[in-house]
Amino acid sequence: MGQIQLKQVTKSFGDVQVIPPLDLTIEDGEFTVFVGPSGCGKSTLLRLIAGLEDISSGHIEIDGKDATNLVPAKRGLAMVFQSYALYPHMSVRKNIAFPLRMAKMDQAEIDRRVDGAAKVLNLADYIDRRPGQLSGGQRQRVAIGRAIVREPAAFLFDEPLSNLDAALRVGMRLEISELHERLKTTMIYVTHDQVEAMTMADKIVVLRAGFIEQVGSPLELYHNPRNEFVAGFIGSPKMNLIKGAEADKHGAATIGIRPEHTDVSMSEGMWQGTVGVAEHLGSDTFIHVHETGLADMVTVRITGDIQAKHGDKIFLTPQLDKLHKFDAQGLRIG
Amino acid sequence: MATKASRSAARLMMAPAVVLLLGWMLVPLIMTLWFSFRRYLPLRGGDLGWAGFDNYVRFVTSSSFWPAVQTTLVIVVGVLVITVCLGVLLAILLDQPMWGQGVVRILVIAPFFVMPTVSALVWKNMFMDPVNGLFAHLWRFFGAEPVSWLSDVATPSIIMIVSWQWLPFATLILLTAIQSLDSEQLEAAEMDGAPVLQRFIYIILPHLSRAITIVVLIQTIFLLAIFAEIFVTTGGAFGTRTLSYLIFQRVLESQNVGLGSAGGVYAIILANIVAIFLMRIVGKNLDN
Ligand SMILES: Nc1ncnc2c1ncn2[C@@H]1O[C@H](COP(=O)(O)OP(=O)(O)OP(=O)(O)O)[C@@H](O)[C@H]1O
Ligand SMILES: [Mg+2]
Repeated sequence: MGQIQLKQVTKSFGDVQVIPPLDLTIEDGEFTVFVGPSGCGKSTLLRLIAGLEDISSGHIEIDGKDATNLVPAKRGLAMVFQSYALYPHMSVRKNIAFPLRMAKMDQAEIDRRVDGAAKVLNLADYIDRRPGQLSGGQRQRVAIGRAIVREPAAFLFDEPLSNLDAALRVGMRLEISELHERLKTTMIYVTHDQVEAMTMADKIVVLRAGFIEQVGSPLELYHNPRNEFVAGFIGSPKMNLIKGAEADKHGAATIGIRPEHTDVSMSEGMWQGTVGVAEHLGSDTFIHVHETGLADMVTVRITGDIQAKHGDKIFLTPQLDKLHKFDAQGLRIG
Repeated sequence: MATKASRSAARLMMAPAVVLLLGWMLVPLIMTLWFSFRRYLPLRGGDLGWAGFDNYVRFVTSSSFWPAVQTTLVIVVGVLVITVCLGVLLAILLDQPMWGQGVVRILVIAPFFVMPTVSALVWKNMFMDPVNGLFAHLWRFFGAEPVSWLSDVATPSIIMIVSWQWLPFATLILLTAIQSLDSEQLEAAEMDGAPVLQRFIYIILPHLSRAITIVVLIQTIFLLAIFAEIFVTTGGAFGTRTLSYLIFQRVLESQNVGLGSAGGVYAIILANIVAIFLMRIVGKNLDN
């Protein structure tokens, strides 16, 4: 159980309204990811749901019951913080047991649950150590362990992987996804990492300055971005947005074409340009093309390798069926 | 700073300070040790020669020795308990965002800048005077008989004065410690279902343990030697004679430098025992 509903929720710090009236429903068992540029209010929204900040107006309902004025502990949610927020003077075992002790659970049940969490998360080897003696990834696991023993209605994650190195991040990403598959508990996950958002989410919520720009499944957002902002935000490398005469030809104020939806040739094509930087990743090549007369830079992505050097002439042909069109307000056409 | 030349230059330049400090410490220490083995009565014949351990034996067998030790301990422990408890509370209070925070913090710290002699005089004459003190007026306002603070409840009064002086120090150290507490930890505890009191016991207090040990350590060393407060208020009467005050009386009032010096050596040993003891606690605390 863990359906969360925000109704006309707003939040202001002093005179500054960080979250304008916002409606959002997170279904039970769903993995929802909040993405958006830095400072857009992702953490604030999460903290409002957690109850760590008071909302300025509106209602929050958890499982259909009004939770607007409930204290955090009574909402039945568990949070994993970016800094992990482990208790440094307690052993791993005590850290994980802490919420259970606070709930005055009996010792046998506490032990059973802590051991269960330790097994799920492979914590057994360092269960008696202090957080200070653990690596970042291990601390992360302990923090997750502390969250799962409570069997909460929903998990809240605030950029939990941003302190980890790239390799560990991939590993933990998988572990969290697996955990979600197994527990089937609602999860809300804040990140500004494209890949995390695309791979983990059932539903992505794209935020800008507190406004929800679009809500949808990762592929929905990828294929049908509702506006220019979402189009530019989702996908990596970013979608090329082209204004001016070329857009007019297609009857739009702006057209967008993803780097992977552009064909490349050294001899002929629709658009001509010069190669700036070519990034060879082995599996893919990203080519940044200048002097196309379309935009400052057009990025294309091709599978495999291509012999393109700095300064070479290059021809691009967009796949017209994959073209995105936006009107003057930045909204999608068609 | 790693080359040989720079290191020897550093040593050379530090030398004057080191020598000065050593002399500052060693000369009085050696003189105290020397006098403690002499029969030295300045007004009754001067240096009367070698005394062996006589002074040491006489100092501890004197009827005022154990009461003095007890008074010292009562004052030290009393002040420590009061300053640490109130210090923690004040630190938490000052950590809350509030209007006029800067001014309030300066006001709280102010007593630390008042000289002990001055603060003791102020307390004695303005607050604790049984006829004209503020407390006397307050007591009379409520129809009670004014208390003769510095004669009837002399030791608690001195504890109060000294606590007032040291509270800012404790508060300041504890405040900086509280400010270094990661607020996410408190939020995590809040989400984990710990109410205010539990958050204090399980999160804030353990976080402060190191700062508290440091406060206790530093204060103990200074409190063992408090003197001005007693000299100005009770002059050692009414059961407020501490060890350091006893030594002062032996040297200046009884004009027995040898006996006083022996007491001084005891005091040094006592202070070192306390210091070692506390260092080990601190060391243990700093380890994790
Ligand atoms: N306690 C506060 N007081 C005043 N303003 C705040 C406070 N907390 C956040 N803000 C403001 O609210 C806005 C949203 O902040 P928030 O932390 O939610 O951003 P975010 O989306 O999580 O960003 P990031 O990706 O950098 O973590 C920011 O403009 C920030 O300055
Ligand atoms: Mg944030």
